[in-house]
Amino acid sequence: MKRYLLFFVLMLSGMAQAQLTIQISRGADNPTRIAVVPMATQGLVLSEDISEIISKDLEFTGQFAAIPRTDMLSFPRNEAEVHYRDWNVLKAEYLLIGSVEQRAGRYYASYQLFDVLGQRKVLPKLSVDGTEAQLRDLAHHISDKVYETITGIRGIFSTKLIYVEAFQQRGTTDKYRLMLSDVDGARSRLLLESREPIMSPMWSPDGRRVAYVSFESDRPAVYIQEIATGKREQLTNFKGLNGAPAWSPDGQRLALVLSKDGNPEIYTLNIITRQLSRMTNHFGIDTEPAWTTDGTGIIFTSNRGGKPQIYQVNVATLQVERVTFDGEQNTRGRVSPDGKSLVMVHQRGGTYHLAAQDLKTGNLRILTEADLDESPTIAPNGAMLMYATRFGGKGILAAVSLDARTRVRLPSKQGDVREPAWSPFFN
Amino acid sequence: MITKSLKQGLTFAVIMSFLVGCSSSSTQDDEATTTAPVVEETVNEPVEEQAPLETIVYFDFDQATLKPETRALLLAHADRLKSSGAATRLEGHADERGSREYNIALGERRANAVRDFLVLQGVSASSLEVVSYGEERPLATGSDESSYAQNRRVELKY
Repeated sequence: MKRYLLFFVLMLSGMAQAQLTIQISRGADNPTRIAVVPMATQGLVLSEDISEIISKDLEFTGQFAAIPRTDMLSFPRNEAEVHYRDWNVLKAEYLLIGSVEQRAGRYYASYQLFDVLGQRKVLPKLSVDGTEAQLRDLAHHISDKVYETITGIRGIFSTKLIYVEAFQQRGTTDKYRLMLSDVDGARSRLLLESREPIMSPMWSPDGRRVAYVSFESDRPAVYIQEIATGKREQLTNFKGLNGAPAWSPDGQRLALVLSKDGNPEIYTLNIITRQLSRMTNHFGIDTEPAWTTDGTGIIFTSNRGGKPQIYQVNVATLQVERVTFDGEQNTRGRVSPDGKSLVMVHQRGGTYHLAAQDLKTGNLRILTEADLDESPTIAPNGAMLMYATRFGGKGILAAVSLDARTRVRLPSKQGDVREPAWSPFFN
Repeated sequence: MITKSLKQGLTFAVIMSFLVGCSSSSTQDDEATTTAPVVEETVNEPVEEQAPLETIVYFDFDQATLKPETRALLLAHADRLKSSGAATRLEGHADERGSREYNIALGERRANAVRDFLVLQGVSASSLEVVSYGEERPLATGSDESSYAQNRRVELKY
């Protein structure tokens, strides 16, 4: 098994928030080799290195290895300058070339993708444009196109992450931040800061709002916040727990946990009518609701059998079925976008791994090997998941492919990073 | 002092048998009551009325059962709360193992166990507020058993 380690520092954008940087801790056994030629800029100096961002995007999936610029024998600017032998020598399987122009304050990036082995063009010359502040978006857009062309799977490089950053040091006031960033950790932006805990962020299915739990009133309450405007609304303020909000696939309801009737139970709350419906009724702990992809069921964690395991309740009949049987504990389930797999925190022998269970066969696959891995969130293309783990004594985010072949870490420069929530596709 | 200790011990035994009696018939039961041993314990150390009391009660992993050794302390708190009637927050916490939302629920169970004990002792339920922070506010930040043991707690805040 080939293991390699890659470090790089992302260019700091405007506001210097705590940036996450990617480290690939385990790549695919046989990654696809791609050469991303530096974009021709005709002397134009750009605030972002688009080709570098594309290379890192593709490597982030673990499925690609980018050929270092310093190894390249030529920097073709157009199709006429492409000599396949230059790339065959480097064992490149694919070659991406492009250029950036500026006209009237807008930036136009055009690009072409070549199959080196087949000696043919696989993406005709395409163009994308934006403002200077959108240069990273242009790069991510190109990465999405390249990834989808080669793998047949939609790329996730233009999606976003929301996560919680916690600063807890002896002798200082605790600080909690809800952060938004690109999926590679760049361009992080503050959504909410509080001295009280912030927990359980969850994107709305349209990608415009986030639901979360905030203790800012000295008690937990569920809030919804518009991401673009920052406008927020407190949705619940019941006695006891108000936690674990999970948006229904149609965006109309939240599943959540309330203990107002004595025990933690799963409820649904219609966001418009505010109608509350109780889904579970058991003296054990019922928590961590997540909707099935068709919206007919809610997966949840319960210790009704003694130890926490994952169950599913039918939203119409309220019938409850146990879903997980392997291991001492299984918690915090999330269903993959295709509805075929359940990703969860799986405990056996005292350590907490992430695991995926095939919902049809019941087969369980361990995805991660570190202790204390938690809070998995699945990419909208179903190919990767992000999770929280500990590294070097700090809470960090990491990602793993759903086939468990590749892993990357996104260490933070400051604070403990936790509870990632992967956005849906934005269009 | 001796009679007082004896009296407390007796009260305690009565409460315990009540708790255990409840558990066989109630569906609102949790593990706290089913696994609680019936302890015929006398409180050995006389309680100093004026000295500040320890305000943290500790728990075992994934348990919301009051440990026998914490009961003397809670009896002393109950006595003070009955006479003062002071509003008190019971803040439940968990160690970092297990998922965050599960730990929030577990922390609430622990704080509820303390609340129920105090209420059975005659403390007014309306003076007690339960809030759980789960694993969000650890006292010790290490990932080892001694840190975990310090973090599995309920804090009584007057």
